[in-house]
Amino acid sequence: MSGRLCITGGTVVDPVAGTMAPADVLIDGDVIAAVGAPGTVAGDAPALDARGHLVLPGLVDIHVHLREPGQEYKETVATGVAAALAGGFTSIACMANTTPVNDSSAVTQFILDRAKVAAGARVYPIGALSVGLEGERLAEIGEMHRTGIVGVSDDGRPVMDAGLMRRALEYTKLFDIPVIVHEEDCGLAGGGCMNEGATALRLGLRGVPAAAEEVMVARDIALAELTGGRLHVAHLSTAGSVAMVRDAKARGLRVTAEASPHHLFLTEEAVASYDTNAKMAPPLRTRADVDALRAGLADGTIDCIATDHAPHHADEKDVEFEHAANGIVGLETALPLALRLVAEGVLDLPTLVARMTIGPARILNLPAGTLAPGAAADVTIVDPERRWKVAARSFRSKSRNTPFEGWDMVGRAVTVLVGGRVAHEEERQVTAALRSAS
Amino acid sequence: MAFTQRHLLGLEGVSAADITAILDSAASFKEISERDIKKVPALRGKTIINLFYENSTRTRTSFEIAAKRLSADTVNISASSSSTSKGETLADTARNLEAMRPDAIVVRHPSSGACHLLARHVSCPIVNAGDGCHEHPTQALLDLLTIREHRGEIAGLTVAIVGDLLHSRVGRSNLHALRTLGAKVRLVGPPTLLPPEFADFGVELHTRLADGVRDADVIMMLRIQRERQGKNYFPSVDEYSHYYCLTEDVVRLAQPHVIILHPGPINRGLEISSAVADGPYSVIMHQVTNGVAVRMALLYLLIQRSKAAEAGDELALAAEEPVRSGARA
Repeated sequence: MSGRLCITGGTVVDPVAGTMAPADVLIDGDVIAAVGAPGTVAGDAPALDARGHLVLPGLVDIHVHLREPGQEYKETVATGVAAALAGGFTSIACMANTTPVNDSSAVTQFILDRAKVAAGARVYPIGALSVGLEGERLAEIGEMHRTGIVGVSDDGRPVMDAGLMRRALEYTKLFDIPVIVHEEDCGLAGGGCMNEGATALRLGLRGVPAAAEEVMVARDIALAELTGGRLHVAHLSTAGSVAMVRDAKARGLRVTAEASPHHLFLTEEAVASYDTNAKMAPPLRTRADVDALRAGLADGTIDCIATDHAPHHADEKDVEFEHAANGIVGLETALPLALRLVAEGVLDLPTLVARMTIGPARILNLPAGTLAPGAAADVTIVDPERRWKVAARSFRSKSRNTPFEGWDMVGRAVTVLVGGRVAHEEERQVTAALRSAS
Repeated sequence: MAFTQRHLLGLEGVSAADITAILDSAASFKEISERDIKKVPALRGKTIINLFYENSTRTRTSFEIAAKRLSADTVNISASSSSTSKGETLADTARNLEAMRPDAIVVRHPSSGACHLLARHVSCPIVNAGDGCHEHPTQALLDLLTIREHRGEIAGLTVAIVGDLLHSRVGRSNLHALRTLGAKVRLVGPPTLLPPEFADFGVELHTRLADGVRDADVIMMLRIQRERQGKNYFPSVDEYSHYYCLTEDVVRLAQPHVIILHPGPINRGLEISSAVADGPYSVIMHQVTNGVAVRMALLYLLIQRSKAAEAGDELALAAEEPVRSGARA
């Protein structure tokens, strides 16, 4: 592992400083040794040509469902990791709603062991907040923390008991890990399956009002204030939630938030012909909500983009809309969608990169998200001009449930390094053949 | 004018020309039911499957009689809506039925959008006989035929639809079609069952029955589902009845020539008083009669069009395109 490698000729984005400039990145073993002006740091190290490409800290996705153990027909740690790498992610955090639930150190260890076998991206388990995700008793958070969890969450299920949420926010202060919340008041959601509004009325589908999320965000911000605990609000979907998080941050509370690519791009209109790949929780909302999420992402109210990668088998989507599984896969489409935000002028490239690297890494205290000397040599090299069309059948993920099928994308991760090792290379043979032909 | 629909999944977005084509055909098919021998060979050799995932007497019988009067062979399937108990998904059921080469499938299902799902899996025409809270287009078509017979033109009429609009597939189909044909539509019901977003459909919303029916040419009552009780949309059916039951006193607020429709089965004394249901302005039994005619017309038009498409009658189909876009523009 003591090899040296220099990534040369690329444009290096530093999300911490918020800058981008032509630079070379020297890697020594599994850490970054130096970043410097072109030609100044390589020495005799072998070069990895990154001309015309962006050199980013490895991307971080703190909201992924890997489905293992128990639902390996949807995804495994290995296939999820492969999908992550193909999408440019070098660190991912996986949710606890597996079978059995990750509410014990044994399951946490199992996931870590599977990740070791997969030997690709770094995998960080998130533990259940409550035993069995039942929302009644705290899971053994300390035991799981000793084994390696980086946060707790009952994601997929809202924690309806405010008393339990209060204790979780208090207790996790012992480990300085966040409580990650899926905000949806079950009474208000009322078994709904899409956003409440004119589209749901037209389709005759039961709606989930924005207030179902907002009353819970309001409650948990109050509890964060009460306890001083760390609250991370997963997949914000409404303008009202963005406003409340912005206000909570202004008041100095320890509140962070994420938004998913689909909530940043799609509205309830995507459901229009009962497309079950547009069914997710929280549901796709309105244009005004999308605009508010984008503004929140740009001004830092929203700390990161997280995919909520939720693989499901085709059979679980090819059913009546109200019976279809919630969620979509996201790892392999997140980066080009994010780059589209830059193209559309929502935010500049260094800010975007921060939202996909140092931003999420800070929420979970992950050793990732920077190319500073001494940092882990996790690097994502992106061809910002690469044009491609989304074809779910070519996904590395086991599942194909995407609403972005057929979308024309610009930008793709071409080479991904984890700990100084090339963990993923996009179409290597094709690229080599093109080079020799020219 | 040529009929352009491949399926009838709903009336939203269906052009005035297509709706009128169905109603015109229905008017001429109606005579068949008055004959001594109530049968014509229009669909001889065709197979129509009635796939019902919900109990229905009126609608299923109406579809079956319609098919038989056109000499089609009908197969009735009463299926369980719970795919888990039955072990077969709707998509698999669709594939199996498709393999038996039906000429049309009539579907009733408790899930909104179930007909769209079926239409993605089969090549024959799908007729929506009611899907969840979405649409019930043939009910609206028979309502339109009934209104047209009594009032002549639909354009310009004021139609009040009263009841549980939130959950009503009959209400949805009617409001789309009535708007398309140029009627003024008022929706009337308690605020819990009348979300303000209904205004996006170009209709008036009223929470007081008297305001909603005042000077109306047509009052369309919707059946109130007793199972909504206990979900807190209203405290009790008695209380609902106090505010929304159509009585003779209320009817007097409407135009003297008002007609009253109800898709049935009626809850006497709950959403409509017996005096009104059986009164001179009630056209409820005409609706039932017209149901057969409308379904005959629809099955005939859909299967004819599908036959033309199968025969590769590109010219005929291509010629329809400008009609469709013209009617929608």
